[in-house]
Amino acid sequence: MTQEQLMRPDYAIIADWIQPKSRVLDLGCGDGTLLSHLAKNKKVSGYGIELDDHNITQCIRSNINVIQSDLDRGLSEFDEDSFDYVVLSLTLQAMHRPDLLLQEMMRVGTEGIVTFPNFGHWRSRFYLGVLGRMPVSRTLPNEWYDTPNIHLCTIRDFEELCYKLGYRILERRAVDHVHKSSLGLRLFPNLLGQIALYRFRRI
Amino acid sequence: MAKTLPADSVGLVKPKILQVDQLLKLSSGGVLGKYELIYETYGQLNARKSNAILVCHALSSNHHAAGYHSLEDKKPGWWENFVGPGKPIDTNRFYVVCCNNLGGCSGSTGPSTLNPETGKPYGPDFPIVTVRDWVESHIHLSDALGIDQWAAVIGGSLGGMQVLQWSIDYPERLKHAVIIAAAPKLTAQNIAFNEVARQAIRTDPDFHEGHYYEHNTEPARGLRIARMLGHITYLSDDLMHEKFGRDLREGEISFDFNVEFQVESYLRYQADSFVGRFDANTYLLMTKALDYFDPAKPFGGDLSKALQRAKASFFVVSFTSDWRFAPARSREIVKALHDNDLHVSYAEISVNQGHDAFLMKIPQYVEVFNAYMDRIAGDIR
Repeated sequence: MTQEQLMRPDYAIIADWIQPKSRVLDLGCGDGTLLSHLAKNKKVSGYGIELDDHNITQCIRSNINVIQSDLDRGLSEFDEDSFDYVVLSLTLQAMHRPDLLLQEMMRVGTEGIVTFPNFGHWRSRFYLGVLGRMPVSRTLPNEWYDTPNIHLCTIRDFEELCYKLGYRILERRAVDHVHKSSLGLRLFPNLLGQIALYRFRRI
Repeated sequence: MAKTLPADSVGLVKPKILQVDQLLKLSSGGVLGKYELIYETYGQLNARKSNAILVCHALSSNHHAAGYHSLEDKKPGWWENFVGPGKPIDTNRFYVVCCNNLGGCSGSTGPSTLNPETGKPYGPDFPIVTVRDWVESHIHLSDALGIDQWAAVIGGSLGGMQVLQWSIDYPERLKHAVIIAAAPKLTAQNIAFNEVARQAIRTDPDFHEGHYYEHNTEPARGLRIARMLGHITYLSDDLMHEKFGRDLREGEISFDFNVEFQVESYLRYQADSFVGRFDANTYLLMTKALDYFDPAKPFGGDLSKALQRAKASFFVVSFTSDWRFAPARSREIVKALHDNDLHVSYAEISVNQGHDAFLMKIPQYVEVFNAYMDRIAGDIR
């Protein structure tokens, strides 16, 4: 698989951040696309954690080491500092306690990589501020009553939490829905970014 | 009666017997000079002998994992759902071997076998064997079959424990380890259940200190109770409720001690079909093998340390409603494996069938099993 063939463009950015031959734990690894890409292109080793039955089967078929587990139960079965990177892509907002999971990530890994849909995007603000409705968008397609996304946050919110938890942000990207960056996005990430990507570590 | 056999069955099979003349040093300190193992094979061994799969059986099953012994057989082998052409353990591509464990009562040397020294059945003099001893005997079988490395060793429940022991004791001799509905060791509650079963057998007046063969009898009452107790632990509360509820056989309670509730009828049926086909001394031995199983013990109780030497790729499966060997127990195994950076995948199947689920055709279980077996097939050269 080449980088171009990666279905989710946020994966390309994440893959770019990860050093070759490192150990990666991918939380909510889906069908194993990212891990399989990293294993092939960066000789990365590691495990994926996933809850969905169908995804588990897909991971096994793609030769991914996958562990069926609910992230809301934490990562207690992993020891401190077991991984170079712990990745959580587009899953933070679906957790019962995102703060606790971030702390778990920083316990078992040296660096954390988190991506999430930015609720500070101008469309969300428009929905709430002008229309007075809960936002529905390409990145957040569900209605308020049946959404798995129960803890939405903005770029500012996330950075404040990192500060509170004592994490140093090493890299930040804000991209649009095709995961392209631009001057506008760099200047006004919280207004124009649809997806936020972070790499961070303990101070 | 099965007059014609299903197309997805291995069909009619015939057990074979291996005479082992090598000394087997047992964990207990005892030795077996000579012994026999009865086993069955399904499928064809390839020229490189690289497509062989060893299936390890659980407490009350045996070497007859798949197929039929005769057209009159009412039931096929115990893992017919998973072993056969087109099934997860696909006999079109794998050569499958299953043997009755030492101490068993289906043809391998055990308590009901004649002791060559006395001319009488071993009875209680048959040494207590452990999971480790079984693995040693499996090695003798592997050597006899010329299999240097199994493509996989696979087992459920007590069978899964044998797989774990295999991966620690002979890391070079298996490529994949599939451990289903197992545990790294028994809990106090597990041992307690086993002890009740043993007491039921040993206090039966027909037990005769294990020498019941000479009295032409068997501790049937004790064995029945042991089996009934076992069956309660193999099912979940939910499934029992779903299957039997408080249903009555006659529709009304009759204020006596005959079979009234459907669940009583079920347990009695299970007990009846066990007596006559299973030896009480073997039951005692198997429960002891379970109780003693603790591969981490020589490593200070640290399973991660025990698995340091393992080399296989692992697939671990558990069932959410299994309370005999709960998912948490499988996760202990998984943890010890990823602690050692070993390849491991773990599936937790959401079902209400309890421990017995490992024998059943549950769609998601079959899916992941198939997926992993494809991986094993892909590794065969």
